[in-house]
Amino acid sequence: MRIVADTDLCIGAGQCVLTDPAVFDQDDDGTVVVLVEHPEGGQVDSAREAVKLCPAMALSLQE
Amino acid sequence: MTAQLPATLPITRGCPYAPPDEHRRLRDEAPIQRVTLPSGETAWAITRHEDIRAMLTDPRFSSDRRNPNFPLLVKGQRINTGFRASLIGMDPPEHGPARRKVVGEFTVRRMEALRPRIQEIVDQHIDAMLAGPKPADLVKALSLPVPSLVICEQLGVPYADHEFFQLHSSRLLSRVTPPAERKASIDALRDYLGELIERKAQEPADDLLSRQLDKQDDREELVSLAFLLLVAGHETTANMISLGTMAFLERPEDIRKIQEDPSKTLPAVEELLRYFTIAEFAVSRVAVEDVELGGVLIKAGEGVVPLSNLANRDPDAFDHPEELDIERGARHHLAFGFGAHQCLGQNLARMELQIVFDTLFRRIPGLRPAVPLDSLPFKDDASVYGIHEFPVTW
Ligand code: SF4
Repeated sequence: MRIVADTDLCIGAGQCVLTDPAVFDQDDDGTVVVLVEHPEGGQVDSAREAVKLCPAMALSLQE
Repeated sequence: MTAQLPATLPITRGCPYAPPDEHRRLRDEAPIQRVTLPSGETAWAITRHEDIRAMLTDPRFSSDRRNPNFPLLVKGQRINTGFRASLIGMDPPEHGPARRKVVGEFTVRRMEALRPRIQEIVDQHIDAMLAGPKPADLVKALSLPVPSLVICEQLGVPYADHEFFQLHSSRLLSRVTPPAERKASIDALRDYLGELIERKAQEPADDLLSRQLDKQDDREELVSLAFLLLVAGHETTANMISLGTMAFLERPEDIRKIQEDPSKTLPAVEELLRYFTIAEFAVSRVAVEDVELGGVLIKAGEGVVPLSNLANRDPDAFDHPEELDIERGARHHLAFGFGAHQCLGQNLARMELQIVFDTLFRRIPGLRPAVPLDSLPFKDDASVYGIHEFPVTW
């Protein structure tokens, strides 16, 4: 599985970082940074949760 | 055609803990239907969680408040202020770059860096409360000054002027302010912020407004942004502090839970945000094309008013939605909106609420309401729900 972030869509709400700061971060401008591109174990759930919560639909998963 | 029901929005809450019965009735009759607004205009009320999320991420619905069909909740709100659109009134392609200029100021990491200062502010206000007379008004002692000081320090607005901007913010958010007075408040705040920004251009300081001066060539746009952040930074978190404290005081077992395990406070905050949904009408839009939503055809030019308070109690989205369950752990509520306009200050609000609840009940374990809770003056007359005054003792 791979996490794909569309940084053009990201509005920097930080919902992903709140979901799992080990998987997602924001740069100084607020844009999402994917720290773990291929999540495993519990991070898979975090990734799914973040995709669901992202208000800008900037995150997706490639199975 | 959908039957035209004599429903009028908004309606005051009968029970301070729940959306008005009339709104529920609307939802039970049809999840999307035509309603009349207090402005006399008609619009579509949307009540389902799924439909609101779909609407708020659909570019065919516009946020542009200059659109003559944009649904307004308050009579006389459509006044020509000659004011630039602020972030919440912009659509793409204008909105993205404008939001990007400021969002870096509100990242989760930056908010985390503010934690010690917010803790200090909360502690100082609780010290003052403990040293002062009993009963105390929680709104004046804690709910309002904490978020006010925090947003002022962040923006670089002198807190010494707080009475001035708190008065005008609350007038703007009241649904009973006459149009002329509303315009006067907008003008007063705009002039104040315009002058302040002018001073910062001469003497920049280490604050958000000074930093934005480097990023914004358009001075008027910056005044609009300052206006939005100052007003939004006040009444919202303040009301959640008051309502959340009230809910906790009724549920001593929940206070015990967060005291024993502070990691439970953040999920509790999330649940309180869902449960109270204080900015219940914050996300109106106007359709700019014909759109089919939830099986209903919404025509170009028609206004749409989502009832987020009902969506946050939609049984399809939340189990036993009418219950306040601080351990629910559900974060997909719409209290901060959804889509590209989702609240810019949400992580600041979360942190302030978390610190306030953790600190308040730890430092004043005997805190209790000084009057029966059902006698509190609830803000049924405001666009953001809350409590005007909350006498507490200990
Ligand atoms: S939740 Fe979405 S919009 Fe927010 S920072 Fe993450 S990717 Fe960006």
